[in-house]
Amino acid sequence: MLLEAPFTEAKIRALKVGEMVEITGLIYTGRDAVHKYLYDGGKSPIDLTDSIIYHCGPVVVKEKDRWVVKAAGPTTSAREEPYQGPLMEQFKIRGVIGKGGMGPKTLAACAKVGAVYLHAIGGAAQVLAERVTAVEGVHLFDEFGSPEAIWEFRVERFPVVVTMDSHGRSLHDEVLRASQAALARLG
Amino acid sequence: MTGKILQAQLLELIRRTSSRLPDDVVRVIEKSWRKEQKDSNAKYALKVILDNIAMARENSLPLCQDTGTIICYADLPVWLDEPGFRKAYEQAVLQATKVGYLRQNSVDSLTGKNSGTNLGPGSPVFHLHQTKSRTLTVRTILKGGGCENVGAQYSLPDARLGAGRDLAGVRKCILDAIMQAQGKGCGPGILGVCIGSDRSSGYVASKEEFLRALDDTNEHPALAKLEKQIVADANQLGIGPMGFGGATTLLGCKITHRNRLPASYFVSISYMCWAYRRDGFQLSEAGKIIRWLY
Repeated sequence: MLLEAPFTEAKIRALKVGEMVEITGLIYTGRDAVHKYLYDGGKSPIDLTDSIIYHCGPVVVKEKDRWVVKAAGPTTSAREEPYQGPLMEQFKIRGVIGKGGMGPKTLAACAKVGAVYLHAIGGAAQVLAERVTAVEGVHLFDEFGSPEAIWEFRVERFPVVVTMDSHGRSLHDEVLRASQAALARLG
Repeated sequence: MTGKILQAQLLELIRRTSSRLPDDVVRVIEKSWRKEQKDSNAKYALKVILDNIAMARENSLPLCQDTGTIICYADLPVWLDEPGFRKAYEQAVLQATKVGYLRQNSVDSLTGKNSGTNLGPGSPVFHLHQTKSRTLTVRTILKGGGCENVGAQYSLPDARLGAGRDLAGVRKCILDAIMQAQGKGCGPGILGVCIGSDRSSGYVASKEEFLRALDDTNEHPALAKLEKQIVADANQLGIGPMGFGGATTLLGCKITHRNRLPASYFVSISYMCWAYRRDGFQLSEAGKIIRWLY
């Protein structure tokens, strides 16, 4: 199904764990340095209300005067677990794209704020870069370097799977429990 | 061969490693995709992965944006000195970073500053050996951070796992590492395992297992059997590609062993993501590529 900007609370609340979704609109990259910076009280250079944050450190190169995305897959989200929930609440962030899933604090914030965790296919840098149709800006580039900067990506039909929804369900928890039971059976 | 020719050939090696997944790996992923259930998240993930592999190869672009720790293994003939080789490889890395085959991926651990060049203390990682052969052999592995983070080392016996100092205990450690990793290492994964050795050499040996082709057979029958058993067991766990659930949790497992001290029994496990980038070639003294190794 298609998820188009603006990313309103109603649209996000309608999403359920296990659904395959394609995103169209403007999203922002942000990873370790950005999360720590915002959590420590740093000023956001962009308005994050109703935004989708992408845990991604892309390969972007300047060709003539234009930024061109060479690779843009997700990075491991678990590292942002201490920061993500509070930032979702503070800025009304509606979605986080990443890989590997997140923990209980983020899941609780998803329910409270009306937000979701969207799992991109880790390592699929080319398929995902192709869905970035334009780079509309970059922030905190000098401070954090290219992979850690905030990149404004215009995306079209960007493929993800909902693995944590705003109703308290986490596919990661469910798979973990099922795999523990399977391991116990194997002995 | 001049330094310039060597550098150009090494740049080609890095380009190929970053953009082209070896055929033995692609075959296993294709087989897994066919096995997954129709319309499942697992099949969808493997389809995106296969599309990505094809696109990266066609466009000569990084398969994954995390172009990883650059690990260089080389056998240096007497006609090539080590500092000269290092310099040529580093220049090739610099050039590969400039043109986007590699991401700016090397960060000062104290200041947090990215060097922007992929060069710095410990980057790239070199494992250099001298050889009596006239041929230069160079292999490169690019190993992403997500999978590196889920590597694990166990010291046996392990009371939590009920794992003793035997292959049954080793199996328990390996399955535990897979459980801990879940989807976080960008599975379906490949494991490199070393039984024995000390802590640091054990990890080095576990990574060297990634130089083996996925379809080879371990020369030690007991380890060959354990490798097969681990893959079969892991694929019963239902973790699946990306941890979405499904039948493909592990694409392969390669196990080696080293002597140990009587007091120690380490099991060192390195996890490689599906974006299993390894390549290598042999160069003649004139700088011609004699053959690609994968």
